[in-house]
Amino acid sequence: MFSYDLLLNAVTAGLLLGGFYAAVTVGVSISFGILDIVNIAHPAFIILGSYIAYFFSAQFGLDPILTSIIAQPAFYALGAVIYQVYHLSFEKRGQDTLRGLAFFFGILFITEVSLILVFGVDYRYVQAGYIETSWHIGVVDLPLRMLVPCLMSLAMLAALQLFLTRTFTGRAIMAVSQDQLALQLMAADPIRIKRIAFAISIATASLAGAFLIVIQPVEPSIGREYIGRVFAICVLGGLGSLPGMLLGAMLLGIIESFTATFYGPSWAPAVSFGLLLLTLAFRPAGLMGR
Amino acid sequence: MRTPPFILLGAVIAALVFAGARLVGNDYVFFAGYTVLQFVVLATAWNILGGYTGYVNFGTAAFFALGAYSSVFFHKFYPLPIPVLVAIGAAVAGLVGLGTGYLTLRLRGAFFSIATLALAVVLQTLVVNWNYVGGSRGAYVIRPAEDSVLHLPYIQYLFLVMLVLALSAVVIARTIERSKLGYGFATIRDDELAAEASGVPTLKLKLIATVISGALMGMAGAPFPYYIGYLQLASAFALEYAVNAIAMPMIGGTTTWLGPLIGAILLGTLQQIVTVTISSAVNLLIVGVLLVAFVIIAPNGLVGLWQRLFSKR
Repeated sequence: MFSYDLLLNAVTAGLLLGGFYAAVTVGVSISFGILDIVNIAHPAFIILGSYIAYFFSAQFGLDPILTSIIAQPAFYALGAVIYQVYHLSFEKRGQDTLRGLAFFFGILFITEVSLILVFGVDYRYVQAGYIETSWHIGVVDLPLRMLVPCLMSLAMLAALQLFLTRTFTGRAIMAVSQDQLALQLMAADPIRIKRIAFAISIATASLAGAFLIVIQPVEPSIGREYIGRVFAICVLGGLGSLPGMLLGAMLLGIIESFTATFYGPSWAPAVSFGLLLLTLAFRPAGLMGR
Repeated sequence: MRTPPFILLGAVIAALVFAGARLVGNDYVFFAGYTVLQFVVLATAWNILGGYTGYVNFGTAAFFALGAYSSVFFHKFYPLPIPVLVAIGAAVAGLVGLGTGYLTLRLRGAFFSIATLALAVVLQTLVVNWNYVGGSRGAYVIRPAEDSVLHLPYIQYLFLVMLVLALSAVVIARTIERSKLGYGFATIRDDELAAEASGVPTLKLKLIATVISGALMGMAGAPFPYYIGYLQLASAFALEYAVNAIAMPMIGGTTTWLGPLIGAILLGTLQQIVTVTISSAVNLLIVGVLLVAFVIIAPNGLVGLWQRLFSKR
């Protein structure tokens, strides 16, 4: 029997999930979409963020999301260091495709195995007042553990979009992939601009990681499930466009939520891949591609 | 060296390895040796696409698992001899490679890599939901005591099968490298646009490379259920295969058939030692660190280092 309550709830859950996916993807949207750096290790940094939030919340009782905001400068520095290594070893030598990919794959692996060595393979979760609560509007359930990450993610996205379109550095970031020479003529160092952008992309992983562990328990290898999703969203929305990415995230969220509601949650991971392949086959430029 | 004498030499070395392993007379040698040989096949297979054409495949585990699960499927249906299962595994993995490649190889290289990465997740989802091949419970495959042709103890028979596969993989890689096909692959790696402009059928060549590479990975996976006895999702889809298949050629050197062979033997043996003496998590950490270190410091691997030393003298 078809029920409208179920449908309405599936749509709401999908939108909330999509908001969270946007936070997970925004980093890749910057590194892959704008800078053309295929950072497949991004989900591993998100899991690292989850574990940092877990550690401070379990040890000192800090709020996981607050912890992740405090940790952002550290992630920013990590991103700057990684970009510098990447630039000197691959970009400068013109070997960024094959070896660059292998490099990030190695980083992904090192991060995952290190987390396993430190924390073990058990699922970890955090506690906070809002995780257990749920609002009800009519027949629609609004669990706060989904709503809080979704709203904060939208806020982060809005801030980034403002930064990218209104400030000089932001506009330079948007320009760096198109014309480096023109950027140099504007007295901006392309390498520095790229470093800033990549560092920002890694800094978003801190926040996304905290969202993830608020939403669900986390174990070190869970990041792999997000690789397909993240790139599917990125490609679906159109590379280099944050609003397009948000649209893609919402779309994937709703489709996954429907799949989970009507076919069972064990099928959800396959959805993103199907979507990715379809997009690549029929519209590689994405929905709102440049 | 021309190909026929090379095959003969390879066969002699393989026979010596097998005789040597039998002389030691300990089953552990066969269990450990099987794993190392399996990595020789996977690394060589990966290199045919990754090293020769420059397209990075992150889905080694997916192709390997395709071989393993097609064996489970047919084993439950009717117990076929292993060489037949190997052929089936190769066909299934090759076909999946063709499909994935056809959809994504026309785009920039990164898209193909991402698609292969996601392929592993999707196939895993498929298997989880497919009860016939064991679903999330895993599948038992009873290993016979000895094989029906040579009457060797079964683990020795499996070792022999993998030895033959490793030899075939190396011979295939070497033959490709020296053929017109190999030069075509190299033009794609060096400058795809220029190759396309000079009339090299790049898409066709890339698809050929993907199919050969995927089929070899499927072959390596086909005997695996018999080796492990109980096939779990986690052991068939282990990221370990993907990272090793990339790390071994990168460490050995990606432009020749020798690189993945050296890388697989060195790194495979090292991992066996570390797994036994320290722990399997540490062993994976070592692989990751070596991979990153080699791509940064020695981009052409050990073979490249050797060539640089040799040409200076």
